[in-house]
Amino acid sequence: MSMKSGSLGRYIAMRVALAIPMIFVLLTLVFVMLRVAPGDPISASSGGAKMSQEKIDELRAAAGYDRPLIVQYGDYLADVVRFDFGTSVSTNQQVSDVILEKGGATVTLATGGLVFALLLGIPVGLLAGRFRDSAFDVFARLFGIITYAAPVFVVGLLAQQLFATKLGWFPLEGETDPLIANDIPATTHILILDAIWVNDWEVVWNVLWHLILPAATLGLLIVGVFIRMVRVNLIQTLRGDYVEAARARGIRERDVVVKHGFRNALVPVITVIGLQVALLLGGSVLTEKTFNWPGLGKQLIEFLNSRDYVAVQGLVTFIALVVVVISMLIDIINALIDPRVRY
Amino acid sequence: MANLPTELVAPTGPAGTAAPKRAGRGRLRRTFAPILEAHGLARFMLWTGIAITGFFVVIAVFAPWIAPYGYDAYESGGERFPKQESPGGDHLFGTTVQNFDVLSRVVWGARTALEVMVLAVVFSLFIGVLLGLLSGYFGGWLDRILVLVMDTLFAFPYLLLAIVAAFMFSDVPGGGIVTAALAITVVYIPQYFRVVRASTLSAREATYVEAARAMGAKPRTIIGRYVFSNVIQSVPVITTLNAADAIATLAGLGFLGFGIQPTEAAEWGYDLQRAIPDLGADMWWTATFPGVAIVLAILGFTLVGEGLNDVLNPSMRKRRIRTVVIPPIAKPRQVVTVAAMPAAVPAQGEAPAVEQTEDPATPGASETGDAPASATGEPQEEGK
Repeated sequence: MSMKSGSLGRYIAMRVALAIPMIFVLLTLVFVMLRVAPGDPISASSGGAKMSQEKIDELRAAAGYDRPLIVQYGDYLADVVRFDFGTSVSTNQQVSDVILEKGGATVTLATGGLVFALLLGIPVGLLAGRFRDSAFDVFARLFGIITYAAPVFVVGLLAQQLFATKLGWFPLEGETDPLIANDIPATTHILILDAIWVNDWEVVWNVLWHLILPAATLGLLIVGVFIRMVRVNLIQTLRGDYVEAARARGIRERDVVVKHGFRNALVPVITVIGLQVALLLGGSVLTEKTFNWPGLGKQLIEFLNSRDYVAVQGLVTFIALVVVVISMLIDIINALIDPRVRY
Repeated sequence: MANLPTELVAPTGPAGTAAPKRAGRGRLRRTFAPILEAHGLARFMLWTGIAITGFFVVIAVFAPWIAPYGYDAYESGGERFPKQESPGGDHLFGTTVQNFDVLSRVVWGARTALEVMVLAVVFSLFIGVLLGLLSGYFGGWLDRILVLVMDTLFAFPYLLLAIVAAFMFSDVPGGGIVTAALAITVVYIPQYFRVVRASTLSAREATYVEAARAMGAKPRTIIGRYVFSNVIQSVPVITTLNAADAIATLAGLGFLGFGIQPTEAAEWGYDLQRAIPDLGADMWWTATFPGVAIVLAILGFTLVGEGLNDVLNPSMRKRRIRTVVIPPIAKPRQVVTVAAMPAAVPAQGEAPAVEQTEDPATPGASETGDAPASATGEPQEEGK
């Protein structure tokens, strides 16, 4: 107990050390799945067009596919360490450039979805937990189940039909109106931040306006998890000895619930955010496809459709790294906030 | 290990050989008892879920008799179907841009979804449970490697994993259905593995397993006879929830264009994707029917899973005993204030903390009717 700061440092070091074998296994899995898989990347990427054997061999040699697998594997690991994710066969772009170009839109969408889920999930979960077994609790529970059960693209299409086509409140698809954002210089590659950077508020509002439907669609996918988590936490917290003690001291019920209950019930939400990152990224592929949102997911689908194995491998590797790093960061943040985690 | 399942079918109880028929019926009753005894929201979810799921299964099994046309039929008796016709007449749900009959596609789609789901669940159940048992029981380096691989797979965005796996298995014999099922299998193996491994770890240390080991039972016997039957109890909830997820993943793959081809079988996700342009032209039927089918099928399994979870999960079951009938006059603060507590404690001698955690604003709780008698009497005095 006396070496509190030491134990935090040790925890962080341990968590980082744990991430390294995980990244290694992840990279190996991605390599095995995409490279050892049947099908030749080069002839596949030609889209069925007949190529002469010499041409295929030439392309294979250029991409390094003619070497033994183990050498390719070593090269792949070495490239990833240098943040080199390869060069697309179909568009000839560096995959890292593609990530830079399209990643911003995905970050915007995922953040929007997360914010929506938190804004809706936390109050609903708290109320459901506070008024347990009430009609509201039942409603909240069923709401969480139904939103989780309805696939992203069904909800998205429904939202498009209702709010874009019928009511015309929101735009149907895309990140901005056409051409409006062409003059914004790419500083951070996140359009909304770039627009704020150059004080172009028209573009900022335009992006936000376009963001609402996709973000709500993506947020609904994970809101049920937050509702359930917050509800159960609050119920357990309110059973705690210190809550009983607070009541025994005659503190008003409202203060007991808000100050002693809510605050402690919300700590694990951070962990849940970490667990939802993978779900958010997976869901964003579907959301981007539904709303024609120009992010990494849409790009990945395009690469998959053109059978561009190299680019697919690069993008999947990058997304896998992001998931591992974010879950590591969340764990560390958690340890900073809640000392119990460290032990 | 190949004959593991057959060994498990054999009754594990001591009376198993003496009266197998009665033991079997007793076990059946014991298995279904929680479902029949379910109450409140759990009961509602279970039975709604079972009804929806039953409807889905019936449609899927009898698809050839229910569907008016084949899944890839674009003509009947030499007469080509109209293109994008609105619902009514010969085509109850209308027709698509590819001249398909929407009703037939939806009905056949149920069969595809069921086939993929069953295959995926069976594959992942078999592999996941087997690996989990081995890993948990034997431990060592095998365990460490498997845990690392499974944790990694688990952390990966599931849809991406399914897409990559669908790519990987695209040449598997058996066509699109097997490919899709394998892709989904990869996603769900880690879940079974984790749960089964965790309960194997605790079952391994149990006294009866130790006793069996001391008597010289082989690992195969111990795992099959003693560990498995204890571990498998945690599986039904995951299985139903995974079944729901499998349908969602299949539809997601189809929606993205990496699922089953339309000439192979009818698939809701694919149909929905093809229907997107129709929506802009106010042709609602091509998207609505497959969309509703997807949501209903997933919802059915999810409700069964959630209901089962409520019923089988001991921490949830405790709620019934805690249920206390509060007279309608009592306001929240009256029950929990300090003033009310001294009255309650000497009167009944029961832990007042139990009531405090209960939300008093639940007159509906009395419907369950299984609150202990001592608890029902108590608050009535208190209300005065």
